[in-house]
Amino acid sequence: MEARTVKEIVAFCQGLFDDLDFTRAREWKAAVPGRKVIGYMPVYVPREIIHAAGMLPLGILGGGADMEVIHGDAYYQSYICRIPRSTVELAVTGRLDFVDGMLFPSICDVIRNLSGIWRILFKEKYVRYFDAPQNFREDVGGVFYSNELREFREGLEKLAGRRIADAEINASIEVYNENRLWVNRVYDFRADFPWKAPSAEVYLLMRAGMVLPPEEHTLLMREYLSAAGAQDRPMRDNCRVVLTGVFCEQPPLNLIKSLEISGCYIVDDDFLLVCRWLLEDVQADGDPIENLSRAFLLHSAQTAAKYEADMEVKGRYLIDAIRRRRADGVIFAAPSFCDPALLDQPMMISRLDALKIPYITMQYAENSGQMQPIREQSGTFADSIKLWSSS
Amino acid sequence: MSGREVVKSNSQLVQKEMISRNYDRITDGNHKVSSTFVPGNLNELLMCFDIANNLPEINAIQNAMRKKSGDMITEAERAGHSEDVCTYVKADIGMMAKGNIAPNGKPFPNPDILLLSYTGCFTFMKWFELLREQYKCPTVMLHVPYAADGTPTRNMRDYIVRQLKEDVIPALEKVSGVRFDIDRLREYLRKSAAAEDDMVWMLESTKHRPSPIDCYFGGVYYMGPIFTAFRGTDEAIEYYRLLRLEIQERIDKGLCAQTPEGDMPEERYRLVVEGPPNWTSFRDFWHMFYESGAVVVASSYTKVGGIYDYEGFRHDPDHPLETMADYCLGVYTNRSLPTRVDMLARNIREYDADGLLINSIKSCNSFSAGQLVMMREIERITGKPAAFIETDLVDPRYFSAANVKNRLESYFQMIDQKRRLGGSSAAGV
Repeated sequence: MEARTVKEIVAFCQGLFDDLDFTRAREWKAAVPGRKVIGYMPVYVPREIIHAAGMLPLGILGGGADMEVIHGDAYYQSYICRIPRSTVELAVTGRLDFVDGMLFPSICDVIRNLSGIWRILFKEKYVRYFDAPQNFREDVGGVFYSNELREFREGLEKLAGRRIADAEINASIEVYNENRLWVNRVYDFRADFPWKAPSAEVYLLMRAGMVLPPEEHTLLMREYLSAAGAQDRPMRDNCRVVLTGVFCEQPPLNLIKSLEISGCYIVDDDFLLVCRWLLEDVQADGDPIENLSRAFLLHSAQTAAKYEADMEVKGRYLIDAIRRRRADGVIFAAPSFCDPALLDQPMMISRLDALKIPYITMQYAENSGQMQPIREQSGTFADSIKLWSSS
Repeated sequence: MSGREVVKSNSQLVQKEMISRNYDRITDGNHKVSSTFVPGNLNELLMCFDIANNLPEINAIQNAMRKKSGDMITEAERAGHSEDVCTYVKADIGMMAKGNIAPNGKPFPNPDILLLSYTGCFTFMKWFELLREQYKCPTVMLHVPYAADGTPTRNMRDYIVRQLKEDVIPALEKVSGVRFDIDRLREYLRKSAAAEDDMVWMLESTKHRPSPIDCYFGGVYYMGPIFTAFRGTDEAIEYYRLLRLEIQERIDKGLCAQTPEGDMPEERYRLVVEGPPNWTSFRDFWHMFYESGAVVVASSYTKVGGIYDYEGFRHDPDHPLETMADYCLGVYTNRSLPTRVDMLARNIREYDADGLLINSIKSCNSFSAGQLVMMREIERITGKPAAFIETDLVDPRYFSAANVKNRLESYFQMIDQKRRLGGSSAAGV
């Protein structure tokens, strides 16, 4: 088969992104009787265990910019962020009727309580609030987390009607190690050649990983890197920024495009952290539960939803990303009413101030429509960096 | 409203004096001081180390009731804190910027330790990360897992106990220089359980018709000692004994609920309320209920610092660390939505209430996210009408008296209509 062009690959990803009926996941399920699909919300769940159960992990990130929320607003007050209401909208309109279970990670009180809403509205479905430790000692938080993972595994076994063997989880760990390797290669490629891998494309490529089986997603990323590497594109006189705060409710695709159009190459971000949560390969032999637990405790990303026990270390993850990616500045983009992002922001800003790293802040909702103010703000930011930055 | 003379019972005066005394202890310069939160408040443990217990939520409430919180919030927003986030946090940060003065007029000392009891509220974690930036003092986290399935698991309990043993107790020993004595803890827990028995009697006294007390506005005062720095003390035992006598006397005399205006002349509506009160217009808010003859017979806010009237929980001195874990796991905002629904529906039935009122708080996602679903579910289960109002904790910009009053009046009309159709008997009948 002839290799696809970048345009064709991106069009394929865009099709997956636009499809709020999740046709691709429905087809995957229908292809083999008995298959199950498990939805999960941001930031992190160990997809390896779902995959090992022969199930499809399906990332649920709200309804996006174009879905009209009709029912969802009746479930939430105006001062609560948009992702839960559009997620409820997806569910009550039948778009998630094929999803056999939902996971709600411990990211904030809104997503936490959404797990309860699911239990009330969809009593027949498997629902799990996926709690992760805020204590990162192996003998304390590690013991708790390993037991939580075992409970999670047992829940999936019950749903699958079969045992999930250690060897199966180890095989899935290898699949996801490979997937993360290529995710990181895409991110490295974008940081090195941002004009060849626009962030809207990279974003769509990663979003495809929310719907596709990981093996397929890995192949897609390889294909993209090969096509993007071979294609000449004009290099703009953009500054390089890290985009942060976008780890849960997603901004509209137009916002990502607007940032780049206005002069900011995004060279790192915290979109879809589930793809890059674990910072090193997980050991793929021995006790897989203990290995996944250790990877979470010792080698996972830092984000606002995670406690940082050492004040001196707070913010280091962001600073390291700025340095590693040779970024000129930071754009803090937080969803309106997002407690984790907005409460964390002043602390992050103080770290940047201390190092004289330029930044701007903005708020959005997944259905924000007006991009002109965003373009003006980020365009001015880019200009100021180019004119005044010492770097 | 504020011009009228406030009628206070003996127990309220005692309570006020106790809270003042705790502020004196915090600010006297003779004690190590910990800051911690009301839900998951490990007062007995702090007492083992002679550490004074300062509760930032209570400080924010005190400032709001004194009409000071608005300026503090503005101050915090000027310093870069978002309009969208918790106003308790901003009131606290703004208070620091304005000199960090305690309600007794003395400056708060910098805490010697931040005991981050991460229980039932995500914001707690960020709140103390933010305070740590200011105070640069030791901070110890106690992560309490969310009881999402309704019943806490053994794994959750063991995790909390392990954190207490490995992290929290060693940190408190280090800060205080006092060695941990588990028998001392047992003794405090024994006193906690004694006070808790009388406190539950108080909560259940509202089953009487008319109800002798209000369990939301009044409940705030009655819960004060046990939710703050007095659980585990002789003073708390004595306070709840006194309160019990006082309430029994009211029952014997057939008095309606006590309010700042005096005894409510007539009990017309019996309500269960979900959500914290608004503090900036607390008395105006209460007055709206008084005017209409509405008494709150049960509320979720009186469960926010621990639930003692649902599954019979009492602190157990024979299992000191485990019982503190159970206490933390059981606080209201750490419970799943279906459990909260069950609790409130049971309250409506057992307290023979006319319905449910939800005061939805802009600042508090832990309480508020999901309340509209809870409301519909509770209406479905009980067949009783529910109403929804929106205010905030300590931000005066989010209390619209006219809107709240309109909603309440409409709600009371709805209850009347329901009664006429035979759905609910008139209170006091």
